[in-house]
Amino acid sequence: MRTILFLIQKEFLQIRRNKQMLPIIFFVPIVQLLVLVFAANFEVKLVYVTLVDYDKSSSSRSLVDKFASTGRFKFVSDYNSEKLAFQEIDKNIAKMALIIPRGFERNISRSEFPEIQIILNAVDGAAAGIIQNYAAQIIYDYNKELVKSMRLIQTQPTISTITVKERYWYNPELNFKFYMVPGILVVLVTIIGMFLTSMNIVKEKEMGTIEQLNVTPIKKYQFITGKLVPFWIIAMFDLALGLFLGKVLFHIPIVGNIFLIFGLASIYLIVALSFALFVSTVTETQQQAMFISWFFVVIFILMSGLFTPIESMPHWAQIVTLFNPISHFIEIMRRVILKGAGFFDVLQQVWILTVYGMVMLILSVWRYRKVSS
Amino acid sequence: MIADKIVHVSNLNKSYKAVQVLSDISFEVKEGEIFGFIGPDGAGKTSLFRIINTLLLPDSGRVSVFGLDTKKDYKSIRQRIGYMPGRFSLYPDLSVEENLSFFASIFGSTIAKNYHLIKDIYSHIEPFKKRKAGALSGGMKQKLALSCALIHKPDLLVLDEPTTGVDAVSRTEFWEMLKNLKNQGITIIVSTPYMDEASLCERIALISQGKILDINTPEAIIAKSESKLFSITAEDKYSLLKLLRNYSDCKTAFLFGENVHFSCRSENADKDKISEYLRLKAVENFEINIISPNIEDVFMELMTR
Repeated sequence: MRTILFLIQKEFLQIRRNKQMLPIIFFVPIVQLLVLVFAANFEVKLVYVTLVDYDKSSSSRSLVDKFASTGRFKFVSDYNSEKLAFQEIDKNIAKMALIIPRGFERNISRSEFPEIQIILNAVDGAAAGIIQNYAAQIIYDYNKELVKSMRLIQTQPTISTITVKERYWYNPELNFKFYMVPGILVVLVTIIGMFLTSMNIVKEKEMGTIEQLNVTPIKKYQFITGKLVPFWIIAMFDLALGLFLGKVLFHIPIVGNIFLIFGLASIYLIVALSFALFVSTVTETQQQAMFISWFFVVIFILMSGLFTPIESMPHWAQIVTLFNPISHFIEIMRRVILKGAGFFDVLQQVWILTVYGMVMLILSVWRYRKVSS
Repeated sequence: MIADKIVHVSNLNKSYKAVQVLSDISFEVKEGEIFGFIGPDGAGKTSLFRIINTLLLPDSGRVSVFGLDTKKDYKSIRQRIGYMPGRFSLYPDLSVEENLSFFASIFGSTIAKNYHLIKDIYSHIEPFKKRKAGALSGGMKQKLALSCALIHKPDLLVLDEPTTGVDAVSRTEFWEMLKNLKNQGITIIVSTPYMDEASLCERIALISQGKILDINTPEAIIAKSESKLFSITAEDKYSLLKLLRNYSDCKTAFLFGENVHFSCRSENADKDKISEYLRLKAVENFEINIISPNIEDVFMELMTR
């Protein structure tokens, strides 16, 4: 036990000495949180639209007004032919073209299926999907109003329509920041923890100090623990810092128990850090360690459900995500922070992480060789 | 196992893939002696030391340290061994004092406890104890490394080329320190590529290409040298060396500083015969002296066998 303490003490001394390390530990999480939360925003603020209105009727104008009044759509041009409008999209001036064919109003009054066309630049598929959603919502509203006004004019028997009332639970305003912050916190503690840890043992190999350590009576588990604990503490500190910033700057509602969050984080970090230690024991240079951890971290993040829902991935990818510690912890964080889930609500994830952590820890202790053959 | 044998190696073999780095190595190190391995780079000294240190497993053969098997009882051996690798292996970002107290603490000791052991050595660098180890000079690094290897009061010190890359004054000082340690009862195994350091060991093993050529006291090794040795100088050393190597009776001819050290195969070789040959080849202003061989000469002789 004392040996482990001496190892940890040595590690912290070295961290303190390292001039690049302190900014990495304190500054990087703040920047990541601030930049990523604002940048990883799924809202599309303003869509430039080019308009081709062949109908030029009061109905078509009121539809255009409906688009403009939301504030999300800005009409940048108004053409008499589609060709010119398409050029606008080609040149990337407009993201969307709204085309209202001749006879739009006439079809409405005759109850004959009026049609409009929306053309979207789908180079950025996600954004196009979001814009399409907005547009559909506007057109739906417009439709409802039409039905209402027609009822006033014609005295037909009332047609009952189904109205959908949406309510977004746990995040009623659909605030993307609420949704992103827990996930980004996971990503940033993972990045800091995994990179620092994976470079560490390998650094001792590069400097040759491992040779001196190996000939001492330090036991393997003591060595691995001495390497894990310092970075575990740093990552926990960064998590606390990130949660504090999230609360103060973005007013994230922390519904769940804060101790539960840290308790589960401590399990998760053992998984992430022992994964990194394993990388460190199988590599020979810091460069190799860096690239291997980078490879895994990027895959883990992209498949974590942070940016794209896991449910929309193909079946095989969903199975792969079972082995993705980041996705489990993001799930835990979102559920505990936003939904107030308790320990038993996330029991499945806790189980997976616990087993995962034990396996990785055993693997890295096993793989760390004091004797070569 | 006889108690006074600290290290006992018999028929040791080690290869890395196809390359055999150590073949059929056998030797013993007695308690309280300074045992030197003398040999060029790549002779297998470091591999042999790593095997003694329990850091590397041999392919075959028996290695025991303190009468304990290096494979089975590595844990007990590590408690009692002090190792100084050839490459500086302390933490460059920790200070002199921090390095020392770290290595003391992982052996469950403190600097104060074994200060008497390292006093002679550490006193040289103590004025710089707040300085980072990476910022020390070569000689000071070496003294710190030795202090760190000694701080847990080992019974056996294994020093891999401790004087390589260190200036002449520090080298002399270093060997003085080793003698003091020996007097305190510590057994020392040391390797060096410098032949002149051989005479400072009590017994030496000449090692080349993974094989031990000879083991004995330095004096005995020199005495065993069979052929008469000549030291020859001339203005053009290079052509002199070439001429001597072409001489029909030539056994060894090597440049040794300003001179060529030369020995003949036949036993009745003498100065006159060589002079005659050199005059015949029109070498001017040459000088021939009979000298007593040193370790390096013996080494060269053994290598050509």
